[in-house]
Amino acid sequence: MATQQTRSLARFMMAPSVVLLLVWMVIPLALTLWFSFQQYNPLNPIRDGFVGLSNYALFYSNPAFLQSILNTLTLVISVLLITVVGGILLALLIDQPMWGQGLVRILVISPFFVMPPVAALVWKNMIMHPQYGVFADIARFFGAQPIDWFGQHPMTAIIIIVAWQWLPFATLILLTALQSLDGEQKEAAEMDGAGFISRFIYLTLPHMSRAITVVILIQTIFLLSVYAEILVTTNGGPGYASTNLPFLVYQKALLEFKIGQASAGGIIAVILANIVAFFAMRAVGKNLDK
Amino acid sequence: MARSVTTQHKTIATVAAWIVALLIFFPILYTIITSFKSEQEAIQGFSIIPSGTFESYSEVQAQSGYFKFFFNSVLLSVGSTILALLVAIPAAWSMAFSPTKRTKDILMWMLSTKMMPAVAVLFPIYLIFRDTGLLDSRIGLMVMLMLINLPIVVWMLYTYFREIPGEILEAARMDGASLWNEIVYVLTPMAVPGIASTMLLNIILAWNEAFWTIRLTTTEAAPLTAFISSFSSPQGLFWAKLSAASTLAIAPILIMGWFSQKQLVRGLTFGAVK
Repeated sequence: MATQQTRSLARFMMAPSVVLLLVWMVIPLALTLWFSFQQYNPLNPIRDGFVGLSNYALFYSNPAFLQSILNTLTLVISVLLITVVGGILLALLIDQPMWGQGLVRILVISPFFVMPPVAALVWKNMIMHPQYGVFADIARFFGAQPIDWFGQHPMTAIIIIVAWQWLPFATLILLTALQSLDGEQKEAAEMDGAGFISRFIYLTLPHMSRAITVVILIQTIFLLSVYAEILVTTNGGPGYASTNLPFLVYQKALLEFKIGQASAGGIIAVILANIVAFFAMRAVGKNLDK
Repeated sequence: MARSVTTQHKTIATVAAWIVALLIFFPILYTIITSFKSEQEAIQGFSIIPSGTFESYSEVQAQSGYFKFFFNSVLLSVGSTILALLVAIPAAWSMAFSPTKRTKDILMWMLSTKMMPAVAVLFPIYLIFRDTGLLDSRIGLMVMLMLINLPIVVWMLYTYFREIPGEILEAARMDGASLWNEIVYVLTPMAVPGIASTMLLNIILAWNEAFWTIRLTTTEAAPLTAFISSFSSPQGLFWAKLSAASTLAIAPILIMGWFSQKQLVRGLTFGAVK
């Protein structure tokens, strides 16, 4: 029975985490909100003070803004599609009886542990480099013209790199879910003459639904804020072709020192993340209640 | 008959899985191979047999002082993890053992703080760090990494603690154990595996964090993420050196990761997938 004493002790034990997270969320966000209504350039001592919504208007009228939102969504959705579909297929494959399953798992999961700057630079230089990369070698071997990935298809290149980092994660989670599927159920379905496809649709997929939801939620959190991969490969370019919202805000804040506009962009990023989070959290909350 | 079909099936699955696995692993493998090439060899087209020189490794240390960055990475990831555990263990503990109606809401709220895009607070944090002299300091970054991983640490510990049966506590209490004894002799031994798993996963996450570690450091506190990013400048092709630095940067965490697959699944799915 929870007594008054244990209840206040519980509150006391929780306080540090709650207070820290609250402070960490509220103070910087409040500052960003405040700056988003200010004209402020740290290099220029004259402050014009309150400027209303003009930072938002400026950020909005900046052609890079729409492009960056589009790029952000393209990146999140493409990588989610590739990793979830690819992850399901890979999990199904690795779940088959085979020799060296443990080693296969280790090889497949490895990219997840590679820090983003390493992943991006390895792909940029050794794999996708238009002259010396492995892709270029392969293209020349078949007599084709090597593709200038980061010059001509920067978003595709970044999507490939990020998908490579997250496919292992999706595969590992989905494989774990798959392996907890009751063998007897599978056998029963087989006995009843259910083919591979119908077994997959009516048995395996429903069983994995919770794992899929979690994969989507976690990846969305991280994919909305992809940064290092862009920084070390395209630097947002050419032009704004591969600039996502986080990268645009970083450019405005720390390269151009347009703090007001950067803050407005930051607030927009928060709103965007909240919209996505609202749906994701609802799905996860529902799924976790089961 | 049935047996030969199974063997055939197994062979096909094995071959297919190994091909896919090697393709996925290839960029890492090629990085390791390239790290044993000379700079000349590295750009001479595709080859998987290096001349086996260790030149790049010694150069990475001699020219850029690799070990300083490595040391910072260790310090930051382990330090921030210990800080996070100190704050999170009591919270997760009380939520698991004396849950209230609001426990679930608090957990969800904590997770939602993870949804806040880091860039949204980049400038205020930068300003606060600059004005308090925390820019490029290990302490500042350690606190930062602790804060961004705190929600995951609380969640993960919570899912582990929740599995400790409450009856054991009651039994201990019946036997007249004080709260202190209860914690030290009954709960701690049961909680250690969960705490260790949480620690492992959090070290991996902190080691690979690549936004704050790059933006809030310059030289003194810069960990490997920042060091590797400095290779992005286009002057010269130092691929063997880049490969050697990359191999050194990912090796420890890769090996830790191999041993933590199960914990990773549990931790990052909030116990929903086991």
